[in-house]
Amino acid sequence: MKEYNINHLRELEAESIFVIREVAAQFENPVMLFSGGKDSIVMFHLARKAFAPAKVPFALMHIDTGHNFPETIQFRDELMEETGTRLIVRYVQESIDQGKVVEETGFDASRNKLQTVTLLDGIEDLQVDCAMGGGRRDEEKARAKERFFSHRDEFGQWDPKNQRPELWNLFNGKKHMGEHFRVFPISNWTEMDVWQYIYLENIKIPNIYFSHERDVFVRNGNLLSVSDFIPMRDTEKVEKRIVRFRTIGDATCTGAVESEANSLEDIIEEVAASRTTERGTRHDDKRSEAAMEDRKKEGYF
Amino acid sequence: MSDKTSGYLDMELLRFTTAGSVDDGKSTLIGRLLYDSKAIFEDQMEAIEISSQKRGDEEVDLALLTDGLRAEREQGITIDVAYRYFATPKRKFIIADTPGHIQYTRNMVTGASTANAALILVDSRNGVIEQTLRHSYIANLLQIPHIIVCINKMDLVDYSEETYNKIKEDYKKVAEKLNIKDVRFIPISAKFGDNVVDASENMDWYKGETLLNLLETIEIVDDRNHQDARFPVQYVIRPQSDEYHDYRGYAGRVASGIFRPGDKVKVLPSGLETTVKSIDTFDGELDMAFPPQSVTLNLTDDIDVSRGDMIVSAENSPKVEQEIEAMICWMNERAMMPRGKYTIKHTSNEARCMVRDVKFKVNVNTLEEVTEDKQVALNDIACITFKSAKPLFVDSYKENRITGSFIMIDEGTNETVAAGMIL
Ligand SMILES: Nc1nc2c(ncn2[C@@H]2O[C@H](COP(=O)(O)OP(=O)(O)O)[C@@H](O)[C@H]2O)c(=O)[nH]1
Ligand SMILES: [Mg+2]
Repeated sequence: MKEYNINHLRELEAESIFVIREVAAQFENPVMLFSGGKDSIVMFHLARKAFAPAKVPFALMHIDTGHNFPETIQFRDELMEETGTRLIVRYVQESIDQGKVVEETGFDASRNKLQTVTLLDGIEDLQVDCAMGGGRRDEEKARAKERFFSHRDEFGQWDPKNQRPELWNLFNGKKHMGEHFRVFPISNWTEMDVWQYIYLENIKIPNIYFSHERDVFVRNGNLLSVSDFIPMRDTEKVEKRIVRFRTIGDATCTGAVESEANSLEDIIEEVAASRTTERGTRHDDKRSEAAMEDRKKEGYF
Repeated sequence: MSDKTSGYLDMELLRFTTAGSVDDGKSTLIGRLLYDSKAIFEDQMEAIEISSQKRGDEEVDLALLTDGLRAEREQGITIDVAYRYFATPKRKFIIADTPGHIQYTRNMVTGASTANAALILVDSRNGVIEQTLRHSYIANLLQIPHIIVCINKMDLVDYSEETYNKIKEDYKKVAEKLNIKDVRFIPISAKFGDNVVDASENMDWYKGETLLNLLETIEIVDDRNHQDARFPVQYVIRPQSDEYHDYRGYAGRVASGIFRPGDKVKVLPSGLETTVKSIDTFDGELDMAFPPQSVTLNLTDDIDVSRGDMIVSAENSPKVEQEIEAMICWMNERAMMPRGKYTIKHTSNEARCMVRDVKFKVNVNTLEEVTEDKQVALNDIACITFKSAKPLFVDSYKENRITGSFIMIDEGTNETVAAGMIL
């Protein structure tokens, strides 16, 4: 490689670190949203790099739907312990108990949409002025229009048709009382970049990303994990399959893929050969063509 | 590490933007690049096939891949800048797809601000038109280092070499007038894929590279400024731990030039001189730092440095100024207020400013300087002077895209209302 040149991963890394430092400098009470999935793990890793040798100067916040893969929660708690990071957890169950949201019923019930209320309440209660998220523009078409610094009105809503122009690396985080920002430090990363970076940096991730045997059943072409949270239809049968997860979200709407990949090298080769997007395993996006746009307008991640 | 895995680790990143009038084929071209380079997945393809059918289109409209918002799909237009990604074994690409109609200038300026290259589309049936001039002017104003003129819809002019040559000659005159240095030309059909990813069988007279080939190989490292050491301080790192009790590190991104331990540097605005003690990162110390790296500088002397200050080479400093002349692009529905007060964001620095004078506006269609009408409204490009409430550390935008650029913010609405390039 030429002199004064860095590869694409190092350039993305430098950009994300710049964005995260900008958040720490421009906001008084930022948090970083952390789900325990690979994107938020990478984002947190970048935050540690941004402030070394000091600790990350903000808390992480997890919106817990209660429908977790136990492996993710264990991983999360170990990581917080190891890095001495403060974690705030807000529970969707609490929003349900307080009567703020009504739980969906039926076989395809999901708490995914309810998270928005819990998140916005958390932001308001804790007077958070900026929430960083691990959203990437390559994930979904509405996300492709998202800014690094995304302004939210006092109702937490996104107005995609009226976004502030964003030029060079000059980020405008100015806002009125009660408004907040969502900032997406890894906007420009693709799924492939994330995996390559995890490999390059040897970042620890929950073991359910790797191949393992699991009890699953087929619904709408997805392999869903058998769990207490998902009622099964009589016609649906439990099967043992060798699978892994490409994304980790709420257990009720994250499908597994059949895979033998049990190392990062294998995963990278699998992602390179894959002919579907990772969102293809996400049940929540299939509800309608503009499902993500609608959820984002309301204040979703 | 297998070859397959290690191969990904020496790819470069190239950012480009597209420009063209409505219907010149920008979205189709991007769709084609994504499709032919296999960056489109089955579920995405399925989704756009369904949308195309719903709209009653006969063929799958690749433009739907980039039009992400509901309103855009319904109206078949692009509203806002959308970012797209694809990669080949050589490079990863970030495309800023900007719409060609209303608010055009504003969006193109946005897409152009971070681009290494611009694709300017020309419809081969229309040739070089007024709009082409406008796109080229903006690309040049934003100092995009490489311009690739894609002469599109060659299928509609029988793949004629003569037509291609005529357009090429016409464009060369434009490039000369604007003093654009690096221009390349490619005859393509975005719709059918000729010379986009694969060489055209219909145009064997064209001996040049395909578009993708060109994007994979144009030199980009040398476009960065490696001469003038500039480091805007973004954040001060002070660990609250016994181990690093006296540590003070200055975090930021190298804007330009090279920094090495032992280098003599000056801190602005104080003007105090010291040396770089070390360049720190999470992974240990570096023996040099260059753009666009994010690092932490540790200085030998204990001097007061904070966000907004700039660490620069002791021999070669930016100008320290309060009276500034710049070209701006106005981006807001509310016109600029004469002698209005705005907040300027320039590197990590921020200052209030007052507009002094509008020297001229540019008619982007004819490139004439207009001095009679001084109202600067949405999409206008103008040369202004302003006074800032405190000194800014600036280079001309021509020499430095980072220390030469700024944005203006309306103090009432907090909106970003203008993009500026210092003269
Ligand atoms: N025949 C032909 N039609 C094209 C070509 N490229 C684009 N088009 C058509 O031109 C129209 C406008 O294209 P679009 O990509 O939406 O243009 P945009 O407004 O610049 O994004 C569409 O109907 C395309 O199918 C081409 O190379 N040849
Ligand atoms: Mg278009």
